[in-house]
Amino acid sequence: MSQDELRKEFSRWKSGTYEKARSRFAERKERFEGSSGREIEPLYTPLHTEQIDYLRDLGFPGEYPYTRGVQPTMYRGRLWTMRQYAGFGTAEESNARYKYLLGQGQTGLSVAFDLPTQIGYDSDHELAEGEVGKVGVAIDSLLDMETLFDGIPLEKVSTSMTINAPAAILLAMYIVVAEKQGVSPDKLNGTIQNDILKEYAARGTYIFPPKPSMRLITNIFEYCSANVPRWNTISISGYHIREAGATAVQEVAFTLADGIAYVEAAIKAGLNVDDFAPRLSFFFNSHNDILEEVAKFRAARRLWARIMKDRFGAKDRKSMQLRFHTQTAGSTLTAQQPDNNIVRVTLQALAAVLGGTQSLHTNSRDEALALPSEDSVRIALRTQQIIAYESGVADTIDPLAGSYYIEALTDGIEKAVMEYIEKIDEMGGAVSAIERGYIQKEIEDSAYRYQMEIESKERIIVGLNEFTTEEEPPKDLLKVDPAVGERQKAKLLELRATRDGSRVEASLGALRKAAEGDANLMPFILDAVRAYATLGEICGVLRAVFGEYKPSGV
Amino acid sequence: MALEDIVRRALAREVRAVSRLISIIEDRLEGFERAYAEIYPHTGRAHIIGITGPPGSGKSTLVDKLAMEYRKRGLTVGVVAVDPTSPFSGGALLGDRLRMQRHVLDDGVFIRSMGTRGRLGGLSRATSGAVDVLDAAGYDVVLIETVGVGQSEVEIASLADTVVLIQVPGLGDDIQVIKAGIMEIGDLFVVNKKDRPGVERVMAEIRTALELSEMSCVEGSWVPPILLTMAETGEGVAEVVDACGEHLKHLGEEGLAERRLRRARAETMEIASQRIWQGLSERPGASEEAQRLAEAVAARKADPYSAAAALYRLLVQ
Amino acid sequence: MDEGRKIRVLVAKPGLDGHDRGAKVIARALRDAGMEVIYTGLRQTPEQIVAAAIQEDVDVVALSSLSGAHGYLFPKVAKLLKERGIDDVLVIGGGVIPEDDFPELKAAGIAEVFTPGTSTAEVIDYIREHIKR
Repeated sequence: MSQDELRKEFSRWKSGTYEKARSRFAERKERFEGSSGREIEPLYTPLHTEQIDYLRDLGFPGEYPYTRGVQPTMYRGRLWTMRQYAGFGTAEESNARYKYLLGQGQTGLSVAFDLPTQIGYDSDHELAEGEVGKVGVAIDSLLDMETLFDGIPLEKVSTSMTINAPAAILLAMYIVVAEKQGVSPDKLNGTIQNDILKEYAARGTYIFPPKPSMRLITNIFEYCSANVPRWNTISISGYHIREAGATAVQEVAFTLADGIAYVEAAIKAGLNVDDFAPRLSFFFNSHNDILEEVAKFRAARRLWARIMKDRFGAKDRKSMQLRFHTQTAGSTLTAQQPDNNIVRVTLQALAAVLGGTQSLHTNSRDEALALPSEDSVRIALRTQQIIAYESGVADTIDPLAGSYYIEALTDGIEKAVMEYIEKIDEMGGAVSAIERGYIQKEIEDSAYRYQMEIESKERIIVGLNEFTTEEEPPKDLLKVDPAVGERQKAKLLELRATRDGSRVEASLGALRKAAEGDANLMPFILDAVRAYATLGEICGVLRAVFGEYKPSGV
Repeated sequence: MALEDIVRRALAREVRAVSRLISIIEDRLEGFERAYAEIYPHTGRAHIIGITGPPGSGKSTLVDKLAMEYRKRGLTVGVVAVDPTSPFSGGALLGDRLRMQRHVLDDGVFIRSMGTRGRLGGLSRATSGAVDVLDAAGYDVVLIETVGVGQSEVEIASLADTVVLIQVPGLGDDIQVIKAGIMEIGDLFVVNKKDRPGVERVMAEIRTALELSEMSCVEGSWVPPILLTMAETGEGVAEVVDACGEHLKHLGEEGLAERRLRRARAETMEIASQRIWQGLSERPGASEEAQRLAEAVAARKADPYSAAAALYRLLVQ
Repeated sequence: MDEGRKIRVLVAKPGLDGHDRGAKVIARALRDAGMEVIYTGLRQTPEQIVAAAIQEDVDVVALSSLSGAHGYLFPKVAKLLKERGIDDVLVIGGGVIPEDDFPELKAAGIAEVFTPGTSTAEVIDYIREHIKR
């Protein structure tokens, strides 16, 4: 059958059979839409994928443009890394949780830090009051880091750390803990998030202004490519952009725009693209609309490959491969009927796997209420294991490819993303788009629209605005011991009294001088960490030299 | 708190009373005219500076840094920051404070956010009420940050002794201020974000516009300086403060008196016309008559001038 | 819309939490309901929030925290307002807050607590019905 014949037949069906039915029974909605406002058609056919050239646009797994996956065997070779983000209270408590998770079959660690740590304040800082140990573990100095990884052989695990503004310092602590375990840096596996741009745009844990922040990031790229070659030096994150309310298209667009900014900064700093680009990794959200999400992941892979090859002239295949971690969408979890969240997480996790993720965090059902309990975390991990071992979706590569809808959608998302990227380029790139508040405004508009759709019931959330029930307040929620703050403060006092003060002074002085100049700061930070200078002290020195970021308006 | 109490305490710069008094005047609550009468004799001491420029030019950041610089020089600062009111809901998102929050615990700085509230010509009145309260309360300098678009700029600027006009390279429409014809209100020009490409062009455009304006022809007249800043880092801000001082000095008693007379005249006339309108609308049958006349005008049965004359007769009869 | 009082609301993020999606959605919804909303931005101490509330002469202080620090931060704001003799400002809070914590927060002077899933309309109605002047 020729395309012309098909076109004729399709329009016959649409204006005949379909329209006849539709005029008798109206469809559920006037217009069906994806998250980005793109209209979803009733039916997709080969006509919708005409413009796609298989070899040019899809190719084969492990080959350019990587639409079908970055590895040649994908999950037939090795399943994705099941990595549950965890951490709360003190280093001792988190250490126990990590050991529990590793014992349950988890294959990688993911460290959550508390807010004072993420913003570079010690636990005894005025602004840390009430926050110590709440959303993650409190790390004030190398001492806490030693406790956090006590009894966990660092050459055997891969550790992901959600740390951004002070990423260089936490990475330095990790390297020094490894040294003390007798593990050399070139054996270390893991990731630091280290993505400051999305902090300005969506997540809020920034410290320094963009320029010095970009310098710290390129310092890390440079240091790691020489000394910690297996470390993922950045995890360019769309997750939080999506959580802040962005659509699927915006998530990919703003994340890749950030990625472009990092690559440009590193090239400007004199690095060779193929020396650092293979260690760039990404972090995406997996939301409710399974098919849109699968297409989103595929589009992101293809786009990044093309950007790296065409725009930056990368030669190394690894520079073109978009490897990513996924977390299911926390903002979709409801406080109402929390067990429903297990089902949501299952669908979202399935989308991530069908989309070819390299690692996955599944949220726990009670996260709209509190920190997840041990039971909930186990169910979340089991969800991944069931998808991996029972569902069959891991047995062939990119199984949804060739679906007319998926391919048309992948293509559509790619185009819409490119429009955004071109717009951001015109503004002078992601940094200046953020400084102007453009990206924030786009995200906020989408967030508001989403909320209004829920309130007008254009968007149904089961258990929230439809199918509601009277419920008892949930029980057995995890509470962080409020004494954590006091314990951390006491520990800090003791540390300050017992460490070699002159060594701390000297190392901080050297760091200050280096920060004023343009040397790579990693060696100086490592020295300060070894001297047991605290995170707050080190960030204090950098704050004094670099200043602090002030956000633009609402 | 009784109104007398509020006034007394506001004059003693008690923050809560200052704040409440601004609300009373802004909302024209019971007794606001009485309160105004009591504070007015205490006004006229502050240096009132208007900060205006297109959205995205860094007005809030500059105001933040100006406040910092004045504090360094031992002066107290009041800030009135105006943001647009939504014409649809009448609500407003007032976000200027975001960039000035560092001062919030400093007794020497008072920041008040205001919405334009869609009043016809009334914006300057509400703003000037707040400015007068801050002046009477004894703040040495009062900074007015405007919305950044349209005619309200000119209106608000007319409240100030000194008007700072901000421009920034790369907004895509560098000459929008010049086009809008409000170039004349600038007593000094600030080109902010001077690290951006295009600074030279903006400066040249301002210079050309200034040379074209009539003011520059008069012997001994004030020549508005063009200053470069990086409000983000505070670079050049001290020079802006110096220039504002210079301008005030240049105005001298005479110049200042002239400006203030202009403001007083405009304000008084505006309040009076408001009263007249109010007086008219309170007349029984007046709004029906206005509607009838409007319909007649729309139907081409009357012209607007004679309709207005008919309305006016209703008021004075 | 020209004359008379408008409800003024200070939307504030106390503590270090950077998740401001909820705060910003609420801020916009309140604006669209005709209120004047002052947003202070992230990382505010209770002292800063109270000082801003006074200068802006607001009717409502709406606090948002998703980091679990509400138990310390919210009561501190209410306490500071009380210390300054301010009893005509309605203080409400929102975020990931377990129901177990409600009694303590309410006893401390937080008039109402809104958790995920609350519609903005509920918050708007609550404010309209409960403002104190």
